[in-house]
Amino acid sequence: MLRCPPFTYHTPQTMSEAVRLLHQDDVRIVAGGTDLVPNLKRRHQQAKHLVSLHQIPELHTITETDSMVTIGALVTLAEIAAAPQMMRVVSMAARSIASSHIQNTGTLGGNLCLDTRCNYYNQSYQWRQSIDFCMKEQGDTCWVAPGSPRCWAVSSTDMAPALIALNATVTLVSQNNTETINLADMYRDDGMDYLTKQPSQIVTQVQIPKTQGQHSTYWKLRRRGSIDFPVLSIAAAASFDKNKHVTQARLVLGAVASYPILSTATSELIGHPLTPQTIEACINKAITNAKPMDNTDHTLGWRKQMTKHYIRGALNELETLATTVHP
Amino acid sequence: MTSFRVIGKHRPRIDGRARVTGQLLYADDISLPRMVYCKLLRSHLPHASIRNIDTTKASALDGVYLVLTGDDFPIKHGILPVSQDEYALCRDKTRFVGDPYAAVIAKTEEIAQNAVELIEAELEPLTTISNSTEALSVETPRIHTYGEEGNIHKRVAFDFGHVDQSLKDADHIFEDLFFYEGNTHLPLEQHASVATTDPDGKLAIWSSTQTPHYLHRALAKTLQLPATHIRVIATPNGGGFGGKSDPFNHEVIVAKAAMLLNRPVKITLTREEVFYCHRGRHPVLMRLKTGTDKQGLIVGQSLDTVLDGGAYGSYGVASTFYTGALQTVTYHIPRYQFRGCRTFTNKPPCGPKRGHGTPQPRFGLEIQLDKMAVSLGINPKTIRTNQLAKPHSVTANYLQLGTVGLGDCIDKVTEASDFETRWGNLPEGHGLGLACSSYLCGAGLPIYWNDMPHSGVQLKLDRLGGVTVFCGSTEIGQGSNDVLAACVSEILGIDPFDIRVITGDTDLTPVDLGSYSSRVTLMTGNAAIEAATRARDIIASVVSKQLGIPKNQLVFADRRVFSSEHPDKGISFQEAMVATETEHGTLGTTGSYRPPPAPGKYKGAGVGPSPTYSYSASVIEVRVNKDTGQLDVVKIWMAHDIGTCINRTLVFNQIEGSIYMGLGEALMEEQTFRRLPQKRSSALVHKIPSLLDYKSPTMMDMPPCDIFLVEYPDKQGPFGAKEVGQGPLLPIMPAIANAVYDAVGVRIDETPITPDKIFKAMNSSDKRVGPKDFPSINFDHVDFIPPPWEGGDGNAFVPPHPHQPRR
Repeated sequence: MLRCPPFTYHTPQTMSEAVRLLHQDDVRIVAGGTDLVPNLKRRHQQAKHLVSLHQIPELHTITETDSMVTIGALVTLAEIAAAPQMMRVVSMAARSIASSHIQNTGTLGGNLCLDTRCNYYNQSYQWRQSIDFCMKEQGDTCWVAPGSPRCWAVSSTDMAPALIALNATVTLVSQNNTETINLADMYRDDGMDYLTKQPSQIVTQVQIPKTQGQHSTYWKLRRRGSIDFPVLSIAAAASFDKNKHVTQARLVLGAVASYPILSTATSELIGHPLTPQTIEACINKAITNAKPMDNTDHTLGWRKQMTKHYIRGALNELETLATTVHP
Repeated sequence: MTSFRVIGKHRPRIDGRARVTGQLLYADDISLPRMVYCKLLRSHLPHASIRNIDTTKASALDGVYLVLTGDDFPIKHGILPVSQDEYALCRDKTRFVGDPYAAVIAKTEEIAQNAVELIEAELEPLTTISNSTEALSVETPRIHTYGEEGNIHKRVAFDFGHVDQSLKDADHIFEDLFFYEGNTHLPLEQHASVATTDPDGKLAIWSSTQTPHYLHRALAKTLQLPATHIRVIATPNGGGFGGKSDPFNHEVIVAKAAMLLNRPVKITLTREEVFYCHRGRHPVLMRLKTGTDKQGLIVGQSLDTVLDGGAYGSYGVASTFYTGALQTVTYHIPRYQFRGCRTFTNKPPCGPKRGHGTPQPRFGLEIQLDKMAVSLGINPKTIRTNQLAKPHSVTANYLQLGTVGLGDCIDKVTEASDFETRWGNLPEGHGLGLACSSYLCGAGLPIYWNDMPHSGVQLKLDRLGGVTVFCGSTEIGQGSNDVLAACVSEILGIDPFDIRVITGDTDLTPVDLGSYSSRVTLMTGNAAIEAATRARDIIASVVSKQLGIPKNQLVFADRRVFSSEHPDKGISFQEAMVATETEHGTLGTTGSYRPPPAPGKYKGAGVGPSPTYSYSASVIEVRVNKDTGQLDVVKIWMAHDIGTCINRTLVFNQIEGSIYMGLGEALMEEQTFRRLPQKRSSALVHKIPSLLDYKSPTMMDMPPCDIFLVEYPDKQGPFGAKEVGQGPLLPIMPAIANAVYDAVGVRIDETPITPDKIFKAMNSSDKRVGPKDFPSINFDHVDFIPPPWEGGDGNAFVPPHPHQPRR
């Protein structure tokens, strides 16, 4: 079998101890480890030190106030999926991740910081040697687009699109600083350097504002009914006034770029009911940012077509929810 | 009909407890004192000359005991006598990414892996041949220096009657191109082997192999050891499906290493390495041309196949024949022409996967029948039932059929699905597809030519009533041990669970050729029946004398031997054994089985014959999303001609397993390769060698299935049984293709049938996705064999008029 290279495993009991431990060479944070461990075995991620966050109690809680739901970074995906107060799009996204086994182990923080994925990168060391490696790890070329100066690995987190659709914020803690930023701002359009978060910072929690009259949904494209990472995901949330006119809407496209794309196309929806016309206008504007490449499952051309279809499906569903369900 | 007490009943398998409690020991579970570990260095180039290998640094690493290279393995192996083309470690060149050329044996797996990375090798890249088209056009470099010419491994050509004339005279001609993508077995257990020298200095190897006898022969040959000094133990396989039927490099290497180090050596392949061992489904390009009369009855058919064989021979010559051999056993084909061609390419070698060589042409034939039905305005059921092969007939290519339950299979699935009413009449986006198939119940000939039994069974019976069955067969999860216990227990009147079954150990068990070609139930079953009947005969003679009951009135049942006239008059089975051992001494019997001779005598007639054939039919209902091409399989109806069930529960399990595997091939599985821009790299790598990225259905993707059995005992089978391990896979792929047509009117003439292809077909002018060209291949030698009804005797002869070589 593939074996993990040796590493030292640290189990800090407090956040201050954890952030201090990050000041070592070759250090990585581990939460559920469902992605990191296979990556270490295949040696496209390396670490001499793993800092586990498991024993820090405050990272494991979900709390709720009148205006906000706060989820700790070490809350498992299964706990999120089962939490009664959770917004629809968030529990849908959590429930769609991998399998129930992985949901029991994988965490919110881990999924938000999930390494970008690519068929040229998520391979064993020996396999990557056969292609003389790629830009993201040890090589010079992005084989997805050999002329390109950048890496095109794909953002594959399910939780980020869902939470960005709800305008969530994320708290980052380092040794000297605690800051809270929009979750959307934690991502960068770069397959290699895909997080704006510094290596010295730890994601501790996500805050989701509660919005009156809001409906939300999550559409995920993948080959099978389980296990697979998204090859396209659409997270959509909208609030409606009493005339069913859209007052606020957010649309996030996942797995079609190196970052979750918060679309500006929802401007087409504001002030109108969701009609086929407004939805089509929104779709045509939204897809201009989607850049699926030939580095995931399914063919490129079809995934492009599906982007339109999935946005349409998600927005139609919001329209149905607005007319039939009391939020 | 005889009433059986064990045969045909729903029954938990005798080894079920061990399996579900995790106590069954697979090869990787074996751990021996002083055991060390082996890792292989595999080629990172698809085609390269080996200039130099420097193992100095690897050998010097602390904890490394041995480093081996091709120099240590001067003798080739291979499963077929005609394709002995593999060295345990490459000597002159590597032929695909993953081809091993050095091995390290070390104290731990980690040290072995670290040492592998210290081996310094100079590999010089050679031109890469990535598919059959390239193989047919690139003469040099040759991947192998044997074979037909260039990179063509094997060409076969047969005319069973003057097919060209039949096609000329036909009322309708249907000509289609199909492509069946390669895919792999994906057993959950990775291959593993542990080799050791026993205290006498002889070699023993435990291995996850389906064919311990063939491995035994390969080890004797490659290691130059007397076979009597080698013991091969086939551990229970965690799935085989054909992928563990070849003798493998790693088996030869750990055996050699154990001999050199005089201590146990273990290897367990990674999942990625299993993809490189492969021996899976050949990608096959097909041209199928069929002539019919006005009613849609076939008057002649020609089939051309091109197989992308990968880098080694494996079973490929047999696979090539199999792409043509079984086209004739389902529907009457009066004249038949077959051209097959296998190429070498720089990819993991293809070989036998469940259905071996036959799912590909079956896919073509069953889709073409659907096209004929649509074109001629005949229901797809009728076009099939109108021309079913006749029971006990001989086909145009000289296959002797047994019972043919296909008509009943078709009736069952079409009635249950209301096919005749609903086909063509479902709402748009919903469709039904019908397809049929047939498969061998054991290959008629062994891998190496001989007239000995294919299967042997020994029975040990003792004074405490113990019965042990010894047989060389291999339990690969299919339930073959249970079949042995069932056959013996039925005859001796004891419970299957009373019987100890010892299999797959060349020191202990008589030869059985292995778990492949759906041969085990029929062949070991018949051998077991013979051995048990002989034992019963001896016991009955003794009991008859002791109790004064005529021998022919004795019944063996309920762990007793008693009078059929006065059932209370009798003794227990154990008492009967005491009496027998007292009179006869130690009791043991043997049984063996050899298939009947086949009617075909032409060269090549050895592939295709079987004692009898199983039949299957399936109707599948699908729902296709008109906007996206996404496909849901709503329901599957499957009927299988089983002859007789040995263990009814296992029969249903095997059918469900076949459906599952067929769905994977139909919908998503593909062993595909990525070539980088050739200006920048010669790389040719497996696109997705992992369980996550090689898409195979999960339990969430399994639709509801209604399964029906057709049970007409066939006299060739044990208690009338036929195979069930492979046949029911075959109709799944074409039935889905046909259902997609019924749903949305597009033809997907290739596998897998993915949503993007359906989407593309729906948005194209010809409403089809599939191959558009077929290469021209020169067949300079064609064997002409007149079919039985045209005066043929099974021999080939020179046709009365000069035969035109095809294009």
